[in-house]
Amino acid sequence: MKVIVSGKAHGIILKTNMPINFLGSIDKKTGMINDKRHDLVGKSVKGHILVFPHGVGSSVGAYTIYSLKSSNAAPNAMVCTKTDLTVASGCALANIPLVIVPQEEFGRLESGKQVTLDTDSGKIS
Amino acid sequence: MELTKEEDLALGGEYGETMQTAYRILVATGEATNAQKLIPIKWAHLSGVNYNTIGDAGEEFLAKLSKSAKFKVMTTVNPMGFDFDKVSKYNLSDDFVKKQQSIRDSYRKMGVIPSFSCIPYEIFDLPEKGTQVSFAESNAAIYANSIGNLKTNKESAFSALASALTGKSPYSDLRVDDAPNLTIRMKIERPNEMAFGMLGFFAGKIADNSVRISGVSTMDKRSCKSLCGGMGTSGRCGKFVLGEETPNSEKVDFGKKEMQNIHDELNTAEKGDIITLGSPQLGLEEMADLSAMLKGRSFTKRCMIFCPRAVQEQARKIGYANEIERAGCEILSDCCTCLSPLVDKNDVDSVTTNSIKGAYYLKNSNGVDVNLKPLSQIIQDETK
Repeated sequence: MKVIVSGKAHGIILKTNMPINFLGSIDKKTGMINDKRHDLVGKSVKGHILVFPHGVGSSVGAYTIYSLKSSNAAPNAMVCTKTDLTVASGCALANIPLVIVPQEEFGRLESGKQVTLDTDSGKIS
Repeated sequence: MELTKEEDLALGGEYGETMQTAYRILVATGEATNAQKLIPIKWAHLSGVNYNTIGDAGEEFLAKLSKSAKFKVMTTVNPMGFDFDKVSKYNLSDDFVKKQQSIRDSYRKMGVIPSFSCIPYEIFDLPEKGTQVSFAESNAAIYANSIGNLKTNKESAFSALASALTGKSPYSDLRVDDAPNLTIRMKIERPNEMAFGMLGFFAGKIADNSVRISGVSTMDKRSCKSLCGGMGTSGRCGKFVLGEETPNSEKVDFGKKEMQNIHDELNTAEKGDIITLGSPQLGLEEMADLSAMLKGRSFTKRCMIFCPRAVQEQARKIGYANEIERAGCEILSDCCTCLSPLVDKNDVDSVTTNSIKGAYYLKNSNGVDVNLKPLSQIIQDETK
């Protein structure tokens, strides 16, 4: 894994194979995904280990990540397969651990599983 | 990533909390994009100005930051939520107006040029070829890399802010000469600006950092901006190169079927209650065009036109603005179709626009339905 923002986090995996546009598809105060075209619609990212391929769309999405944190509605950590500056910078400012994992490891992560992410040991277990 | 001694000290907090935060962002984004070092930039263009998008947390963050921070390089800013000159005509809450004012004041304190525009490339002289800049607005970053001969990452609101505060940015893929590994073959004949917008939206979905587009020899300004806007909305791609396909790249066609799919995704209404033009905001050339198209005609419903203040002022001197207003349009500056609270789902169910970027955000953020039509069709159907 490649560590973008270091830290340790514990939580239940919320996973999607669809990219996320943080601006316009997540309520920044509740963490609820409200984009009807997204397969996580109706679910909240709050307190989860959010696993998704990468962010897309507006550069202002970084503020959404920061707002989620300020409203105590942020994921405890994020795991992606590709990076984008919006997610990286949002997590950096909000101090949310963020790692990039290879496709195989991404494939092994399942929604609903309780895991701990530790960027020091480089493990999600 | 290798940092200089000074940069390392800043990251360690030697130069205060603001610099430490800025360098933390630069290092994270540098790591994320495989950059080996930070390089100086000449111009930062920031997103994160509209209260509608950054909210209370953003407003408070900027207010706190502006107490001590100053921008180190030329810094321009994206549109706000509304036009302060016209705000009394709209039913916006006092709280919104107050928070927007606070955001504007925070940016001013830090030393921005108050451009409030998503098309900095049309209202400022572009620096010499190859200059490194940091543009957060996605359509502007794509335009800068693809047409403007500048170099920028497809920055985020925070990475561009960090660049403005430090005068630096990670030397990432898009800043190094980046050869696209995907070619999209444009197969639509006689494409209008909406076809280019949908091509951009399609490309953004499948391309990585950059993409080659074959089958396009020329584009007018309107089509080019539409392409940049569409591309920036759907993906992470930050650059296109026009030219014939190369032998070793992957190739994908953009034909009638692909265009129809995008159209079906974004077009959700048969007609609009109002019309909006300008996402990206209209430049002077487009204002000139529009005023010519509207000669002797008037809109039969409300039409909102979004352009930068600098463009409105020039258009007024030349007479375009008066002609456009005579035809029944409202000209709004410092804001944009996208994410403006001026388009409220309590007042309108659907909006007609030619903007692919606008369509995406009108539907997803404003919650209104969208009727897509090219400008020529809008003039034909909605004016008499």
